[in-house]
Amino acid sequence: MHILLFAHLQETIGQSKITIDLPQCTVGEVKEWVASNYPNISLQQVMAAVNEEFATDATIVQPEDTVAFIPPISGG
Amino acid sequence: MNGPLFEITDKVIDVEQVRQKVVSRNAGAITVFIGTVREMTNGKKTLHLEYQAYTPMAIKMFEQIAQEIKERWPDAHIAITHRVGHLAISDIAVVIAVSSPHRKMAYEANEYAIDRIKQIVPIWKKEHWEDGTEWIGDQLENVPYPTGAPPLNEEE
Repeated sequence: MHILLFAHLQETIGQSKITIDLPQCTVGEVKEWVASNYPNISLQQVMAAVNEEFATDATIVQPEDTVAFIPPISGG
Repeated sequence: MNGPLFEITDKVIDVEQVRQKVVSRNAGAITVFIGTVREMTNGKKTLHLEYQAYTPMAIKMFEQIAQEIKERWPDAHIAITHRVGHLAISDIAVVIAVSSPHRKMAYEANEYAIDRIKQIVPIWKKEHWEDGTEWIGDQLENVPYPTGAPPLNEEE
């Protein structure tokens, strides 16, 4: 499973991508894994996308999927 | 050729090239929105900006916005290019071109597009001020709406 981080999340932990071995789980469980392994970032107010589609905490993630954490956006 | 309708680029945006992508013999109007880097925000002076994008998803979201526009204004055609990387004051960050048979539709669809970009397209800007830096996000109360229409009274 690939986890992508952007903006301040990426800067805080110093990497844009984490690759981990996780079984099928939910976005909420991936968030918990990140929170326990990277306690210096907060995923509150952060949205998630699975394979480039917006997802909720209940969305199922397969081991080969890409989960992106999307902080509040500021494009345009 | 003019390239794809929806692009993220780290190069200077060629406004005319974006406009060319929506040229149509059925068009009576083309609106071109140019978003630029502002120096002063709430009394604070920006030195420069840095934009970052989740590019493949950003392109998909541009395509979703185009689909939403097609449902609302079937005769409108749209092209969007957003820049990433280091931008100086007055640099062009985004260009949206919309063509349509009549001008009202081109204005409305173009404004709809920039409103939706600010809601659903994964792009972030980092402000560099004289006294520090910050990734901009929730202090603008920029609540994302992955689906559905933007609130009509939203002010930027």
